[in-house]
Amino acid sequence: MNASKRISKRGTRGVTLRTAGLSLRLEVRGAVVGLLLLVVALAMSVVLIGTGDFPLAPADVLRTLAGNGTVAQDFIVNELRLPRVLAGLLVGAALGVAGAIFQSISRNPLGSPDVIGLGQGSAAGALTVIVLLQGDPTEVAIGALGGGLLTGFAVYTLAWRRGVHGYRLVLVGIGTSAMLTAVNGYLLTRADLPDATRAVVWIAGSLNGRDWAQVWPLACVCAVLLPVVLGQARNLRMLEMGDDSAYALGVRVERTRLVLMFTAVVFTAAATAAAGPVAFVALVAPQLARRLTRSSGPNLLPAAWMGAALLVTADWAAQRAFGADQLPVGVLTGMLGGAYLLWLLVTERRAGRI
Amino acid sequence: MTLVSPAKAGTETASAPPRRRTARRATGLVASLGVLVAIAAASIAIGAKPIPLDQVWHGLFHYTGSDTDVVIRDVRLPRTILGLLVGVGLGLAGAVIQALTRNPLADPGLLGLNAGASAAVVSAISFLGVTSLTGYVWFAFLGTAVVSVLVYALGGSRSATPVRLALAGTAVYAALYGYINAVQLLDSAALDKMRFWTVGSLASANMTVVRQVTPFLLIGAVLALALGRSLNAVALGDDTARALGTNLNRTRALSMAAVTLLCGAATAACGPIAFVGLIVPHLVRAITGPDMRWILPYAAVLSPVLLLGSDVLGRLVTRPAELQVGIVTTFIGGPLFIYLVRRRRMAQL
Repeated sequence: MNASKRISKRGTRGVTLRTAGLSLRLEVRGAVVGLLLLVVALAMSVVLIGTGDFPLAPADVLRTLAGNGTVAQDFIVNELRLPRVLAGLLVGAALGVAGAIFQSISRNPLGSPDVIGLGQGSAAGALTVIVLLQGDPTEVAIGALGGGLLTGFAVYTLAWRRGVHGYRLVLVGIGTSAMLTAVNGYLLTRADLPDATRAVVWIAGSLNGRDWAQVWPLACVCAVLLPVVLGQARNLRMLEMGDDSAYALGVRVERTRLVLMFTAVVFTAAATAAAGPVAFVALVAPQLARRLTRSSGPNLLPAAWMGAALLVTADWAAQRAFGADQLPVGVLTGMLGGAYLLWLLVTERRAGRI
Repeated sequence: MTLVSPAKAGTETASAPPRRRTARRATGLVASLGVLVAIAAASIAIGAKPIPLDQVWHGLFHYTGSDTDVVIRDVRLPRTILGLLVGVGLGLAGAVIQALTRNPLADPGLLGLNAGASAAVVSAISFLGVTSLTGYVWFAFLGTAVVSVLVYALGGSRSATPVRLALAGTAVYAALYGYINAVQLLDSAALDKMRFWTVGSLASANMTVVRQVTPFLLIGAVLALALGRSLNAVALGDDTARALGTNLNRTRALSMAAVTLLCGAATAACGPIAFVGLIVPHLVRAITGPDMRWILPYAAVLSPVLLLGSDVLGRLVTRPAELQVGIVTTFIGGPLFIYLVRRRRMAQL
């Protein structure tokens, strides 16, 4: 255990592919872990599609997805459950990437979107629409997106002082988050009970009743931003070594940070707009991915697949665990995330790292 | 375990402060007390129906049972007294916890104590059918006590580093928040009650609540004030403190007990109110310097000033409705917190 950790600190085994002008370093372990996580996420998706009042065997699900199901199966799978599962996969992946970016930039495992108030900001936007404007789901999503972006902008601006530095970002975020929590609390007291109930479900983070209207915007965001993020992965990795080193290696530090933070904020806001602020996926996924790949970099893709796998699994568990009362998935990820943090604390303490 | 009194175990500051500085600090404390009295009077006078100060005096000391007197005695006075008590509790709890964790940003909220109280209260409402505010008190108190012990055990009772304590608090807070959410979602009656309690308000204050929380707050306050010397030693670092003869474990245990009493009772009485325990000790430190024996009494006087001031402000800005005091303190405290973070070097959390 100790020996392997020591090796992993020095670097992981990798394969370097070279052509005339390009070289690409592939870490074998990272790639394998990423692939396995993707497989897990997809397998869980099939199980999740088969779960519900009208259970389907995985084979039936696959057949129906391929277009060979009965009319009833086709309706249930493609119209009712597939959008929910896709939304779950996309939300999980978006949160995973966003968390990995934020944790890398702040060089702090606590620097996730949950902690720095983006979730609360999106929630404030959505609650404003629900409570003050009685808006429909699309308007709620727009409110969430606006709230998240505004919060991201505010936190970044407030944390800016000759550059944005890790702990300052986290701490400014905690302060902002607290204020937004108060706003949300106030909005809840202003609401009628039905609105308040709706608002609380939304705040908890839920995949219930997602349809294609939520899936497409999020899919577009992911399709556009993921290449941007992956293009910056190398610079991000250098940022992890510290601003000065990165600068010396030719990275335009603030510009890279601004671009990456912006994409991470959009990822978070878009995911939140689709499913509410699902707690802790952004915090936990990159950490778990990092442990599995034993690689020190930001692990962007493994974090994304881990996020997707986590969220789909959590949604499945949330539907099964409480009998007739279906809990929103965010409640489950919140409790599990807290438990994970406790576990992390105990093990880190035993290892003497904190 | 040797039994050394806190007074003997403590340490003098390196050079005894000049007499003039002591006099200045004492004068400042008296002046702060004057401000507190003024704010308390304002808290009784200002509201949906403004009451002139001579009427306030009349209602308090020459009670005749007129409508105004009744408003003063049964509504405004309990509210003001509760604000006073809760302010003292939160301010002292914040000062003690910042000294104990050597973490300038520590706050009862950050360590999850509020969440513990909330979780216990929501359980009481939902599973045990507790409906009265006086019923919440005991559960909130229990929740705070359990969480403070848990956070402390997880944070490492023998060598609680600031980071570990903060992480333990965050983790506990997170897990409990999920639980609170779950209960609220499964039971909309609980939600209806909880959403007013969780923002932190003095609006439903009455003398019964005041009587119930007073003993806890009193014991906690005395304990906290007595810990000044030991906490001064803690500030010098574990090794130095130990070398100076401070019983660190006992200091920590007593501090946690004080924080639990103060914060638990305060939270029970009016819901989680954030930032008072964070901001006031900071401001006080700017006035008094690092000596806990001055920080604690100053915090005890100035925290209720902030709390009552916020409460009055909340009644003024959205008259005739009112903004809950917890929201006002957050809106005063949040920007201050961000200012502090921007101004100070926060290399180590």
